[in-house]
Amino acid sequence: MATAVVSDSGERETYLNSGYGLKSWLLTVDHKRIALLYLMSITFFFFIGGFFALLIRLELLTPGGGLVQSDTYNKLFTMHGQVMVFFFVIPGVPAVLGNFLIPLMIGAKDLAFPRINLLSWYLYVIGGILMIYTILNGGVDTGWTFYTPLSTEFLKTNVISAALGVFVAGFSSILTGLNFIVTIHRMRAPGMTWNRLPLFVWAHYATSIIQVLGTPVVAITIVLVALERLFHLGVFNPALGGDPLLFQHLFWFYSHPAVYIMILPSMGIVSEIVCCFSRKRIFGYKAMTLAVVGIAVIGFLVWAHHMFVAGISLYAALIFSLLSYFVAVPSAIKVFNWTATMYKGSITYQTPMLYAFGFIGLFTIGGLTGLFLACLGMDVHVHDTYFVIAHFHYIMVGGMVMAYLGGMHFWWPKISGRMYPEGWGKLAALIVFIGFNLTFFPQFILGYMGMPRRYHMYPPEFQILNVLSTAGATILAVGYLLPMIYFTWSMRYGDPAPSNPWNAAGLEWQTHSPPPTFNFDEQPVVTWEAYNYDEMDEIPEIREVPVAN
Amino acid sequence: MQTSQAAVDEHAHENPALLHHFATAEQQKNAAGLGMWLFLAQEVMFFGGLFCAYLVYRYKYFGDFGSASQQLDIRLGTTNTVVLICSSLTVVLAIRAVQLGKRMALVFWLLATILLGLAFLGIKADEYAEKFEKHHVPGPSFNYHELLPGQEKFPAAERQYANPHHAEMFFSLYFAMTGMHALHMIIGVGLFGFLAYKAWRGKYTPKYYTPIENAGLYWHFVDIVWIYLFGLLYLIDRHR
Amino acid sequence: MGHLPFWPESASTNAGNVDALYIFLLLVSGIMTMLIFTVLTVFAVRFRKRRGQRAVQIEGSNQLELTWSIIPFCVMMVFFIWGAVIYFQERTPPQDADEVYTVAKQWMWKFEHKGGQREINELHVPVGRDVKMIMTSQDVIHSFFVPAFRLKQDVLPGRYTTLWFHATKPGTYHLFCSQYCGTQHSGMVGWVVVMEPRDYEAWMSAGGGNQPLAVTGEKLFSELGCVTCHRSDTQGRGPDLAGVFGKSVLLEDGRTVIADENYVRESILEPAAKIVRGFKPVMPTFQGQVSDEQLNALVDYVKSLARPQSGQPGNTNGVATPQP
Repeated sequence: MATAVVSDSGERETYLNSGYGLKSWLLTVDHKRIALLYLMSITFFFFIGGFFALLIRLELLTPGGGLVQSDTYNKLFTMHGQVMVFFFVIPGVPAVLGNFLIPLMIGAKDLAFPRINLLSWYLYVIGGILMIYTILNGGVDTGWTFYTPLSTEFLKTNVISAALGVFVAGFSSILTGLNFIVTIHRMRAPGMTWNRLPLFVWAHYATSIIQVLGTPVVAITIVLVALERLFHLGVFNPALGGDPLLFQHLFWFYSHPAVYIMILPSMGIVSEIVCCFSRKRIFGYKAMTLAVVGIAVIGFLVWAHHMFVAGISLYAALIFSLLSYFVAVPSAIKVFNWTATMYKGSITYQTPMLYAFGFIGLFTIGGLTGLFLACLGMDVHVHDTYFVIAHFHYIMVGGMVMAYLGGMHFWWPKISGRMYPEGWGKLAALIVFIGFNLTFFPQFILGYMGMPRRYHMYPPEFQILNVLSTAGATILAVGYLLPMIYFTWSMRYGDPAPSNPWNAAGLEWQTHSPPPTFNFDEQPVVTWEAYNYDEMDEIPEIREVPVAN
Repeated sequence: MQTSQAAVDEHAHENPALLHHFATAEQQKNAAGLGMWLFLAQEVMFFGGLFCAYLVYRYKYFGDFGSASQQLDIRLGTTNTVVLICSSLTVVLAIRAVQLGKRMALVFWLLATILLGLAFLGIKADEYAEKFEKHHVPGPSFNYHELLPGQEKFPAAERQYANPHHAEMFFSLYFAMTGMHALHMIIGVGLFGFLAYKAWRGKYTPKYYTPIENAGLYWHFVDIVWIYLFGLLYLIDRHR
Repeated sequence: MGHLPFWPESASTNAGNVDALYIFLLLVSGIMTMLIFTVLTVFAVRFRKRRGQRAVQIEGSNQLELTWSIIPFCVMMVFFIWGAVIYFQERTPPQDADEVYTVAKQWMWKFEHKGGQREINELHVPVGRDVKMIMTSQDVIHSFFVPAFRLKQDVLPGRYTTLWFHATKPGTYHLFCSQYCGTQHSGMVGWVVVMEPRDYEAWMSAGGGNQPLAVTGEKLFSELGCVTCHRSDTQGRGPDLAGVFGKSVLLEDGRTVIADENYVRESILEPAAKIVRGFKPVMPTFQGQVSDEQLNALVDYVKSLARPQSGQPGNTNGVATPQP
């Protein structure tokens, strides 16, 4: 490795110590610092959304509405959804791990447009402030889906500020995606061909295409909802000749691909982790890259599977059901390939790998239940019930959040220069896995029994399953708090991390932990294929990790 | 042992416009160009939602849309179209000027573009004012009592009138679409103002004029959106 | 309650079909999940790190990729076709179903049977007969959901949507609104009471003095002046409505549409939308002058008008006879 830049006091220059003070952070253009800014804000919104979830689960302990009024309950599930979807799950992995790692992984000094990257964060913050204002000013109760004419004509709550918050956050997402696409196209190091890119990068590339092409549609739809409220236009109002289904089509045209924005980056994380902790190249690299791009493309063609009972024609329903099965195939391929990668591997079970196992299992269940929903005759019964809620939480929480946590643990040494405590990591992963399944598995059963979603009060026969679900939620909450605590602890007291504590493949591990501001001491030139684990040593035992370089 | 700062200084020496994270000026130019095209792609999707709504309702309320469209002033619309096409020409001439290293010509053509853009906005404002006077602005004061296209040839007692709700739908979409377009024009004018200032200060040379080029792309895009708006909003059912 | 725990009751022909599909999906998914979990566990144990043993690098296998793409896809096509068949059946109401008009509003269900009986939040239906709900909303989107029938359908403002079922077991079953509709969404619940035919007949006549819906419609047809233009003689400025319901109508612009409930409703509220060929567009709109319930009555009246000179009644529940 080339020699590091050293300051006069002898301390190595890293992106963390090159400049102190608020201004150096708030006006940074370093993608790594921006990633940390995002980490702060996204974690903040995760806990707000999670807090709403806890209140929801508490209320649902009893069939009658004991804890809060119906209006309040309706605001709780709406804001839980809006905060989680637009301010945590969609930006989460790309804004934190994508921002931090993509330039490192491709051997670049920064993203293509560092100032636009900072702008993206500020737009996120402004959207977030609008959302906080909405919450503090009495909330909003449209449901995260804003269906018309309820949201345009019948509600007196803060619909416009919520819509604006989503709109602004949407532009943050578009600019991030734009930045990533240009970076991946134009900033790769010499020798870093497309077929040598880590799958994490491919996953973000596919995600970015969706972000750039899909988000504007929901943006303009939200604008129309706001205009309709302000000026009493009739675009979605049947009383004035408008069509509420037009709203649904425009909304879901983005919001379905949005779920692929949520999951594809996580799949990228899982690929990196599985390869490292099996000491193996991914099985079927080409198939995996085709799969992520295939999911992104076909994902744009299935939106009306959210509308099978909405009043669309029989023939439209048939087409969208068929296409929805098409998009399932590449997702299945990925699960098979990860499993096959472990064949004849040399597997160890550090925390990131535990999260990866969790992801594969839970994503399998979540994905399979998606097949139930794509099935027309089945969907008529379970649409708008807890079955759907269980399905998407298996994917978003059992999938995305687990992969996000796995990725945070995997790359924490690189980001912070410290090791997290492995024992606590494993414990937290286990608690999360147990808590998650207890929370959401009963909801499949509730859904088939007929409990509708967004219900403040419910018939007594649904209570036992609701109680189990709430019990799970409290366990899950503990599982999420633990990493907050020990990651923070590790920044002061954790073992200093070497450049490559896992002996992992990938350019990000070829530089210091934490990296210098301009990422590499010398421009890397790539002459090897991705996942060259055949050339690498085994993972060192944690005890053998040398003191910081 | 070289510090990162020294590397940056070396770059700056070669080409003042080269940013530190790019290896060559060409890489930077290509990146900027690709970025602008992607931005325009998302703009297409953004306007696309409005066009989709328009197409749905034009199909559904065919005659009423034709009637409402005839209430727009086609002379002003056509003038605006000519104005914008000319402004795209001035943009191209500006790029040509900077390619030839003619600083004052560059500034001149940039200012000409701004002027034409402002003319467009002025004419638009005039049209909006007229709509306001005729009570064709959607909302509580909306009032519409006009014939469907081609009804004039029938005797007075038998003539059919357009459905006011559906006409209001046309105007809702008219204001949303032209309003969004005008917003993009205003941003464009502001952008060109900034570029004109920088150009006057000598920032752009035949070696480096990427911002002019990319702003030009943006301006052409806004122009093309107008061409579609003009056709769909002003020219339907004119033959009747 | 006489059914499996954690399983909804089954009270319609559709329920059994959907349950069979569900069990099939559960079995296949269960097998798939077990398979993957087992393989993962076996690999996790068998291929854990051992001293002196390195991982074996395997690039991939196109054959495997194709196999595990094509086989799952074929299985999924079975899901698709089976589901599509059920859906097609669900969305094709039988011809002679008993009809019930539904008006949903925040936050209650209003039902009106053809015989004029009105109910709120409780729907009485006979066992063993096809029943078709013709539904609209007065305000926002609601959804009519009966878990025991495994059926739901969104109820929209401004148009009709339909849902049909064939109840198989007498009993009282949950009715839920399943499209979020505001404050009392979870309070917009009720019951579907499935009765033996005799009990149902008794219930129908017990209400006392209900005017059949089509008779109400006939009265409105006259009061609102519809009868002045829609006549069977050549003096009518509007098309003769006898026998028109359910048939194709040729429009002035060349399109052909079926005269269903939505067509009749639209003709009353937005007459200019579809002009019948050969007629002038002179019908005034009744938007704002008729309530959803009145519209239902008018639609049912038009439905009841028999074919002219055919001798066959248009509908067994119909009351009106064609104009002389």
